[in-house]
Amino acid sequence: MVIKTKYPPELIKKLEDMARQLRIDVVEMTHCRGQGHPGGSLSPAEIMSVLFFHHLRLDPKKPQWENRDRFILSKGHACAILYAALARIGFMPFEDLKTWGCIGSYLQGHPDRRKTPGVEMTTGCLGHGINIGAGLCLSAQLKGLDYRTYVLLGDGELQTGILWEGAMLTAKYKLSRLIAIVDCNGVQLDGTTEEIMSLEPLKSKWESFGWAVLDINGHSVPELLEALDKARASSGKPTVIIAHTVKGKGVSFMEGKAAWHGRAINDEEYQQAMEELKENV
Amino acid sequence: MFDLDNTRQIFGETLAEYGVKNKKIVVLAADVSSSVMTTFFAKKNPERFFNVGIAEAGMIDTAVGFALGGFIPFTNTFAALFLRATEQIRTCVAYANTNVKIVGSFAGLSDAKDGATHHSIMDIAIMRAMPNMTVIVPSDSIEVKKMIPLIAEHEGPVYIRISRAEMPIIFDENHKMEIGKGVVMRDGNDVTIIANGHLLSRSLEAADQLNSRGIKARVVNLHTVKPVDKPLLMKCARETGAVVTAEEHSIIGGLGSAVAETLVGEIPVPIKMVGVADTFTESAKDLDPLLDKYGMSVEDIVRAAQQAMKQK
Ligand SMILES: Cc1ncc(C[n+]2csc(CCOP(=O)(O)OP(=O)(O)O)c2C)c(N)n1
Repeated sequence: MVIKTKYPPELIKKLEDMARQLRIDVVEMTHCRGQGHPGGSLSPAEIMSVLFFHHLRLDPKKPQWENRDRFILSKGHACAILYAALARIGFMPFEDLKTWGCIGSYLQGHPDRRKTPGVEMTTGCLGHGINIGAGLCLSAQLKGLDYRTYVLLGDGELQTGILWEGAMLTAKYKLSRLIAIVDCNGVQLDGTTEEIMSLEPLKSKWESFGWAVLDINGHSVPELLEALDKARASSGKPTVIIAHTVKGKGVSFMEGKAAWHGRAINDEEYQQAMEELKENV
Repeated sequence: MFDLDNTRQIFGETLAEYGVKNKKIVVLAADVSSSVMTTFFAKKNPERFFNVGIAEAGMIDTAVGFALGGFIPFTNTFAALFLRATEQIRTCVAYANTNVKIVGSFAGLSDAKDGATHHSIMDIAIMRAMPNMTVIVPSDSIEVKKMIPLIAEHEGPVYIRISRAEMPIIFDENHKMEIGKGVVMRDGNDVTIIANGHLLSRSLEAADQLNSRGIKARVVNLHTVKPVDKPLLMKCARETGAVVTAEEHSIIGGLGSAVAETLVGEIPVPIKMVGVADTFTESAKDLDPLLDKYGMSVEDIVRAAQQAMKQK
């Protein structure tokens, strides 16, 4: 299928290839560590690829640069893909990914800002991202900086009450430099979001809280590129991108399955997953 | 040494069975029921199982409503995540004195891999500081099994820890348990080691090592941290003259503090506390090396016993 887009095909190809590479990294890491959260780490691969390899204003050589864009992985359990992306853009040596979760490693089971370069905020307990992002945006205003803050949320995570406190706050202060992305894969830990606690109508929920809403296919690189550029140009309102994705995307036996939320990958499953992912490169 | 048991599965099965008999039990889950194994209850008693989604604070208040409505609600999530509901627990459970049971699963460092966000090293301190709250730390799966009916039939708020890790089986089916009553596991008059949870089996090993060095250590299982078994603690302090506490928790505010607070004004014997030394922990593949790294090894208990004895 050819999608009409203003973005150069080489850019799109590069970002699609990187998404596939990040998925391979996630499966390698989860297999090597003997645990992790494969489902929710695979679903945002295109989102992470577009952000870290094109959209975000970052300089791995200057992790503390004051006017860098901020990225908060509010769904901290998906840290495998964040670590892989950070390693691949040069925040840390790629071989170190192997130490993930071992005693003494600077790569924790959930992101730790004190230990890992490029990790802006310690996360792992869901629901904190929007309020923290709002504080970062207000700080930028007071300091006259123009960085943006990007918050990646899970759709199950939207069930947390504090998140909506943050949604109100962000709209009240018209923090248009806060961009939330919902990795809307329809599955949480115990089952589908529809079974556990329905979020619908999600678009109008956000709208009624005063946000600009973009509803897109979260596996489409062109759609992500366009939505992020739109969000970046927004004024007067924060933007949320509801990115529809598939949990476990790219590995057939994981796709759409809550059982793969937080499970180790055994050797056989690893072989099959790698075959499927490499076939697609 | 000890055989191992899947504690959280035994918790899940016990609650499910008990719920079949006691129709007043309702179970609330916050999107981790497959992890903490309340799925067993859901299967057996689907009409009394409620999954509130990722909403820990709301879960507590909903449970309070069930308690006011005449039910016995068991709320379940990871021990570390109940901290989000601390104000709800303080005001609506402890202060209002409602009959809510709080099951803090994945307790202590037992969710080793997930790291410090998922380790609970201050839950006992917080829960214990709440008036009206009973606080229980079972030391093996038999104790878990025996405790479920006891806490259900106890009128009032209860916090109980459940480990994610497999636990050594220490007791058998004849084990007698009573809320608030410690259990002397081994006799000795040189020093008393008071422990619960994962640190009880480690304390028994420490007592063996001390024994081989000619030191007779008494070992007490203090599964109920609150109300604390004051008569037993006084007796042990009087008869052994030195105390070690051992717990999978910060040394601030937990079992050690409960013991020290009890003894300090009565029989101020030397007390050494084994636990996490006021630091955040980290990820590890398994629980045991993590306990060793963070000051809760068998050797740490042995050393603490020797130091406490020296200070007599
Ligand atoms: C406050 C809080 N409650 C519960 C959990 C346990 N938990 C981790 S991930 C998860 C499900 C998250 O679902 P979703 O946000 O949809 O993430 P995704 O499907 O993208 O992995 C749960 C319940 C947590 N980490 N934090």
